[in-house]
Amino acid sequence: MSFLEYAPAPESRAILSLRDRYGLFIGGEFVDGRGTPFQTISPSSEERIAEIANANEADVADAVAAARRAYDRTWSRMSGRDRGKYLFRIARLVQERTRELAVAESLDNGKPIKESRDVDVPLVAAWFFYYAGWADKLDHAGLGANPRSLGVAAQVIPWNFPLLMLAWKIAPALAAGNTVVLKPAETTPLTALIFAEIIQQADLPPGVVNIITGAGDTGAALVAAEGVDKVAFTGSTAVGRAIAKQIAGSDKRATLELGGKAANIVFDDAPIDQAIEGIVNGIFFNQGHVCCAGSRLLVQENIHDEVVERLKQRLSTLRLGDPLDKNTDIGAINSKEQLERIRELSDIGVAEGADRWSVPCEIPENGFWYAPTIFTNVQTSYRIAREEIFGPVLSVLTFRTPAEAIAKANNTPYGLSAGIWTDKGSRILAVADQLRAGVIWANTFNRFDPSSPFGGYKESGYGREGGRHGLAAYLSPAPIGQAAITAGRGGAQRRLETSGTAPADLETTAKRSPRSARSATKGSKR
Amino acid sequence: MSGTSLVTARERALAVLGGEPDDATLGRYLHGFAGVDAVGLEQRAAGLGTRSIKTSSKKRALDLIISLIDLTTLEGADTPGKVRSLVAKAVNPDPSDATTPRVAAVCVYGDLVPYAIEALGGAHGDPDDGLISVAAVATAFPSGRSSLEIKLADTAEAVAAGADEIDMVIDRSAFLAGRYGLVFDQIAAVKEACRRPDGTSASLKVILETGELVTYDNMRRASWLSILAGGDFIKTSTGKVQPAATLPVTLLMLEVVRDWHLMTGQRIGVKPAGGIRASKDAIKYLVTVAETAGEEWLQPHLFRFGASSLLNDVLLQRQKMTTGHYSGADYVTID
Repeated sequence: MSFLEYAPAPESRAILSLRDRYGLFIGGEFVDGRGTPFQTISPSSEERIAEIANANEADVADAVAAARRAYDRTWSRMSGRDRGKYLFRIARLVQERTRELAVAESLDNGKPIKESRDVDVPLVAAWFFYYAGWADKLDHAGLGANPRSLGVAAQVIPWNFPLLMLAWKIAPALAAGNTVVLKPAETTPLTALIFAEIIQQADLPPGVVNIITGAGDTGAALVAAEGVDKVAFTGSTAVGRAIAKQIAGSDKRATLELGGKAANIVFDDAPIDQAIEGIVNGIFFNQGHVCCAGSRLLVQENIHDEVVERLKQRLSTLRLGDPLDKNTDIGAINSKEQLERIRELSDIGVAEGADRWSVPCEIPENGFWYAPTIFTNVQTSYRIAREEIFGPVLSVLTFRTPAEAIAKANNTPYGLSAGIWTDKGSRILAVADQLRAGVIWANTFNRFDPSSPFGGYKESGYGREGGRHGLAAYLSPAPIGQAAITAGRGGAQRRLETSGTAPADLETTAKRSPRSARSATKGSKR
Repeated sequence: MSGTSLVTARERALAVLGGEPDDATLGRYLHGFAGVDAVGLEQRAAGLGTRSIKTSSKKRALDLIISLIDLTTLEGADTPGKVRSLVAKAVNPDPSDATTPRVAAVCVYGDLVPYAIEALGGAHGDPDDGLISVAAVATAFPSGRSSLEIKLADTAEAVAAGADEIDMVIDRSAFLAGRYGLVFDQIAAVKEACRRPDGTSASLKVILETGELVTYDNMRRASWLSILAGGDFIKTSTGKVQPAATLPVTLLMLEVVRDWHLMTGQRIGVKPAGGIRASKDAIKYLVTVAETAGEEWLQPHLFRFGASSLLNDVLLQRQKMTTGHYSGADYVTID
């Protein structure tokens, strides 16, 4: 028997204790939704996981009102240090429940457990730890002394990294003193709802984080809701454009993190084996459901054949199948709709004249699957070289000179990320300098760190998430002349930091908050 | 066991290099490769290390590991008695379980080869036939600091005593000074000294001592150089220098033998040695071999573990899989 036929090594689902039905998380409690509930399924088997409440406009209004109350009465008045304690506590709880969250994520999203376990969930904890540290240091966020929080943030996140995108949104918002209403994607609400339990466990004051579930209309209602001060969206460029139109003329601020069609540029002096790994990681990580995926491989023409040959060989070792098996490299496509879009664009690629090659592998009977695929002989004018496929499909193009590589890389309406592979340090700097992309990786790809800002140029969106820059999306500078004055709503963080104890005026607000503030202190002791 | 004949090796090297294997030609060739990205290499090795080999796969992997071990003793204090004890362990690793496979070879200093052969008796032979080979370290092991004459005499003596495999060390001094031609000539000469009167040849493992080469670029150049000069195996370390074998280094060397095979059709072996003590780690090496060079490399003529304490850990794991519970150090023999 072949050594490479690894025996099944499934991660146990026993660690999950899921409810059969999940409500909306508003004001610290799960409440019923008033829309028609929907089912969330596992894309790898199409089995039902749980029934999920659907928030209608009234529910959205309730959630925003709960967030507003929590903002006015508790969160905006709490010292940065105490906010930080809550965030540290959330980070630790995420770490404690890592395995559970990873299993739930793989079940609901379809991504391989090795990714949810080794990438998604550790990064979620890292994001909360990172922004927890910022909460009492906002004077150094680059906006001058006493920056103000914005108020209530409406956050709408996609299905590709459900829990990680939640962390990207919630951690900086809370650190800066805002309260949030977050809507996870319709197909992947599960980990957000488990996160709601973590919020309860952390004893976060009610209403600081509200999680409402539903489809696109719920998201639209949330963005439109009165009382929302800030909109943060990650998702498709089409929806991002609609949001920008929707909020135009209002005083809502927005950050949008949208699509991408990143160029991964491989020069002929690249460390070839590592470049192959980087190409694979760039486009086949998370089944290619990555907005910053390196979906356009630009390879120097003189090494094209060798790279493609090695790439095919490497792809043949990828294992597609059960997302919960620890040896799975490629999981399921998240939904039937997405699978159809991938198929449609791939077929267009063939019709346009590109050569399609897919990994010969067995496709499971149930669920949504797409074998890793590369297109060679792709021209810059082809749709598969221009449109975001958001799946495990790589388009291979060639270039002759660095100038041509840069021109081709920039020749896209997007500008989220790019990769450069070369052994020559000076070339990395020179090329990176001319690429119009928010994130540029050199001799690596798809690496994330909470201290590094992430965001796009052009149709890839605006604003940055992560790092100090990510805080700016949830703060505004103090009004001129007031930067040094310690007073006022929103600027209250500063005043309370010096007091060192739980503020007395919290007792007049939300019932649980004094206890919360005290236990936040307690919780920070080991 | 048959090694590559020297003539073919030299001809092949000439063809690959396109010129005489002197410092200049070898330098141009070996420095013509793009660099190795250390971060990427280590990341890939770590990724391979996360493979989960369980149940039936683990059982097969454990037996495979045993059959790929060069059971080693390389101490100044080694005696004929110690070698006899090592051989007994090699022949019958687990007296409580007759289904336990034998190791591939025993590895000793050259002067102890006769004792090893005597102790093996009828069990001496090719691991492909279920027998055990004798490997001898040679060429002023471990430092390699001696004249070529002495290195060759060292080698010839071990071969004459009946060694099936010679584990030589490269001249790191010459390599780091850029004298690739000298390193090449020494390996080629040792290869020649591996020849037996009947025309067959002892298999030659070339130890790079990666812990002294330090950079991955150096390790890859040394790998190519050793293969060009006629080595049948490339081996990481003597075990006397830290760090010895690591997964990234072994991955790098496997990439070289894979590329060499693609280029010439010839398969070269890889032997990580030193520092591999746990079954769990050894399994990561098997995964790395199978997913890099290919499954066909998982056989004694193409992959070995240079190890001593690894065997007992594998036996403990094996007993656990058979009986369902862990025993302890007293349930396996010390050697």
